[in-house]
Amino acid sequence: MSAAVEETSLGLDNRKLAMWVFLGSEFMFFGAFITAYLMYLNTTAGGPDGEIFDIVYTSVSSFVLLMSSLTMVLAHHAHEQGDMRRMRMWILATAFQGLVFVGGQAYEFTKFFKEGLVPTASPFASSFFVLTGFHGVHVTVGIIMLLGLWSYSRVGKVKASQPLKTEIIGLYWHFVDVIWVIIFVVVYLIPWG
Amino acid sequence: MATTTAPPQARSRSVFSRPTALDGFKGYLATTDHKKIGIMYFWSVMLFFFLGGVTAWIIRAQLASAESTLVTEEVYNQAFTLHGLTMVFLVVMPLGAAFFNYLIPLQIGARDVAFPRLNAFSFWTFLFGGLFLYSSVLFNAIPNGGWFGYAPLSTQIPGDNMAFYAVGLQIVGISSLSAAVNFITTILNMRAPGMTFMRMPVFTWMTLVTNFLLLFALPIIAVALFMLNGDVVFGTQFFQPATGGDPVLWQHLFWLFGHPEVYIMILPAMGIVSEVMPTFSRKPLFGYAAMVFAGVAIGFIGFGVWAHHMFTSAVGPVARSAFGLTTMFIAVPTGIKIFNWVFTMWGGKVKFTTAMLFSVGFVSMFTIGGLSGVTHAIVPHDAQQTDTYWIVAHFHYVLFGGALFGLVSGIYYYFPKVTGKLLGEKLGKWHFWTWLLGFNLTFGPMHMSGLLGQPRRTAVLPAELGTDVALYNVLSTAGVAVLTVSASIFLFNLVTSLRSGEASGDDPWDARTLEWMTPSPTPYVNFYEIPEVTARDEFWERKYAEAEDGSLRPVPAGASQDHDPSTSPASADEHGDEFPATAGGTATVDTSGNAKASPDDVALPEDEALAKATPDDHGGDTEHIHMPDPSYWPLIMCVGLLPLGYGLTFANPALLVVGALWLMMGLFGWILEPVAEGDDDDPEPSAAAA
Amino acid sequence: MSDATTADATTQAAHHDEPTVRQYVEIAGALSVLTLMEFSTYFVEFGWLHIPILLTLMAIKFGLIVGFFMHLKYDTRLYTRLMVTGLVGALTLYGIAFLAIAEVPTLMGS
Repeated sequence: MSAAVEETSLGLDNRKLAMWVFLGSEFMFFGAFITAYLMYLNTTAGGPDGEIFDIVYTSVSSFVLLMSSLTMVLAHHAHEQGDMRRMRMWILATAFQGLVFVGGQAYEFTKFFKEGLVPTASPFASSFFVLTGFHGVHVTVGIIMLLGLWSYSRVGKVKASQPLKTEIIGLYWHFVDVIWVIIFVVVYLIPWG
Repeated sequence: MATTTAPPQARSRSVFSRPTALDGFKGYLATTDHKKIGIMYFWSVMLFFFLGGVTAWIIRAQLASAESTLVTEEVYNQAFTLHGLTMVFLVVMPLGAAFFNYLIPLQIGARDVAFPRLNAFSFWTFLFGGLFLYSSVLFNAIPNGGWFGYAPLSTQIPGDNMAFYAVGLQIVGISSLSAAVNFITTILNMRAPGMTFMRMPVFTWMTLVTNFLLLFALPIIAVALFMLNGDVVFGTQFFQPATGGDPVLWQHLFWLFGHPEVYIMILPAMGIVSEVMPTFSRKPLFGYAAMVFAGVAIGFIGFGVWAHHMFTSAVGPVARSAFGLTTMFIAVPTGIKIFNWVFTMWGGKVKFTTAMLFSVGFVSMFTIGGLSGVTHAIVPHDAQQTDTYWIVAHFHYVLFGGALFGLVSGIYYYFPKVTGKLLGEKLGKWHFWTWLLGFNLTFGPMHMSGLLGQPRRTAVLPAELGTDVALYNVLSTAGVAVLTVSASIFLFNLVTSLRSGEASGDDPWDARTLEWMTPSPTPYVNFYEIPEVTARDEFWERKYAEAEDGSLRPVPAGASQDHDPSTSPASADEHGDEFPATAGGTATVDTSGNAKASPDDVALPEDEALAKATPDDHGGDTEHIHMPDPSYWPLIMCVGLLPLGYGLTFANPALLVVGALWLMMGLFGWILEPVAEGDDDDPEPSAAAA
Repeated sequence: MSDATTADATTQAAHHDEPTVRQYVEIAGALSVLTLMEFSTYFVEFGWLHIPILLTLMAIKFGLIVGFFMHLKYDTRLYTRLMVTGLVGALTLYGIAFLAIAEVPTLMGS
């Protein structure tokens, strides 16, 4: 039910509160995958290990995802100003950058496959692919939500008076970005050796 | 998707017209009403409880005699796995959810939960998850690796058995996670005016703690199940020792979830008992703040004891010592709760209704289970007990003697609220005493057979254990027969009381909290007017005041704080201190042991307190109350989980794609549909006035 | 938590303090520089400081995104608490699990 915000016990919007509650639990979700990855760093069963990562390539795609957070927050800002044209532009830009990231990840995966790093190769490979793969699924879900937001704002279902809808999707998007900030350092950059 | 192209302002922008029926079969399919969802949870649980009982019979029939060959080892493995999964995930947890659903909005003075359609989604997901798990029967692939699914056994069993386990639990987990988000938001943000955190009923508090536990524990098991699913179906190597995978990782992840899960099952029952005990002792709950604190403490410490399930596994001495200590610590808040319940009864005018009997049964049986539980904290002792029937006895004393007794107590207590009829007391007492007898007969002897060395999870009772152990097993099997009789009495009682139970009136127990301020059965809108809360036992405070000699007397009509603020009683924390004696005379409240409080007993205060809750004041007009409309979308969306689930089980990409697209379609249809017709979820200023 | 009812209700009013477009772009610039610094550690040798540097940079980026892009700096503290609960909970629980797992091979080796 959507009681007006002032009527709620905490003076908060239910939907935004629910999103934060959900994001709290998501830390536990990705934390478990990262733990498994760290545990299996050297468990490569003779297969490829972290040396296979292309740091330059991943840095570029990480940068793209990072900048998508900027366009996301600009979309929210534009929505708050009631500037729906600009909001839609930034939303599309965000979704596009998300697509670039996911596409980059797909390309990276196929490259790894060719070099023998497949999910079934070793516990290291399994935990790498499941960790980054589930992050990719999160980004994909985010892209679907962004495109939904974009189309709904075009047909007037999302109105200029409802910046909260952009804000909530933005919270999810930034969260996915923040998880990648962690993955980028922990998985790719730190030379655990 | 055709749905997205429809003009946005049209009333029927869905592919089908919005359901409007509130009653009947259709009304249930499309309902977003928390009360109907709670009732559906209840009946689904009854179905699964029956199935859990059938599996229990297979186990006990096989173990009734030593070296029995009644069922094959494969069937036995499937039976005990399914028994555990059913009772944990499809009986105790959702029975708790049934109470959350029905009671939480009523207890906090709300008209529904924060997200009614998400609530319906949670229910359908739970039901489909349970049916998915049981559909493994059709594929001859019933999970057979234990409810704990230990790797590497679970990853090496040939067939799809453990894939059904991994995916089935995943679906049920989605249900619980979405429910957790929903109920946390509801309790934090939808309380009636004046209901501060420290005025919330203890059941609401325990629900909040339980849902936080779910929120943080479920992602862990989700990850573990995804990994297991990968290992079993897709060839990943997480728990495969051959390539260096560590099966102990599964144990850590499983019990990181599994131990909070124990408290997820017990805390709702503790909450219910904390409602029942004060009502039938006619005293406020002893040590409310300590009770709440203990519940929260159990929630916190419950996350820090998981490795005591692994003392005989690959865990080092430092971890053993640390987890042994934390396990002893958690007995402290639990002990606080036990003492507070006893002190609540102490000096009270205790009425032993069936609900109260079950609550007292809860405290006694749970204490036994708790004491045997503390023995697990002693590592060398635990090393002797592990994998024996001592453990089986222990967790049945806390989950059956604890959680289930408490929840059944809640069924007797809240049946009048839900139906407007009393659940038969005479049969109820028969139910209780046979239940108590059957329970102790079944699980009491397991302590002995366990200490004598009977291994659990073993299909054949070894004859070499001797005749004593064989006798204990015969007793256990006899106990299940008694429990079956008892459950039949309960079912008969339930059905006959539903058909022709005695009318209960609105407040049959002379209760204390907000949910009893609504008429019974609860009307669609719950509260015709949202009450203003000024005290912890709000309803009680509206009914009674304490006279100078400490005795209770009804608040006379017109003297309640709702009508005359100048005579308002002091707050719950200090009630009775300076209440003005507006009416002379001594207490006239009937406190006899009559279980079915006759209407006259409380007529005076009740009329007064209920006045705000009756529709008459408002000419029966509920039109202006903003309620969510029914919706088919949660049910439709859930259907997509089935192809997705079978796709993950059988590694079928086509099914995966169908499932994902179906879910997406359902999601978009869901979003396009407003919560209530003619309404936008962010009302424009002009629309808000209407 | 009991004071949340009254205290948090007032924080809604603080919404107008939110950053301007210019500030958002500046924050993104800072994030870019930090990322570049992270990237540079791949080529420069920092010795034992290598991992602490990376983790610090990561933490700063994390803080900037949740603080400004996710508005935690301007929003009710309840949201921050929810996030911190999840984050600290994950770090603690998985940290302990990790140590417990690591303890076993150490024993076997000795």
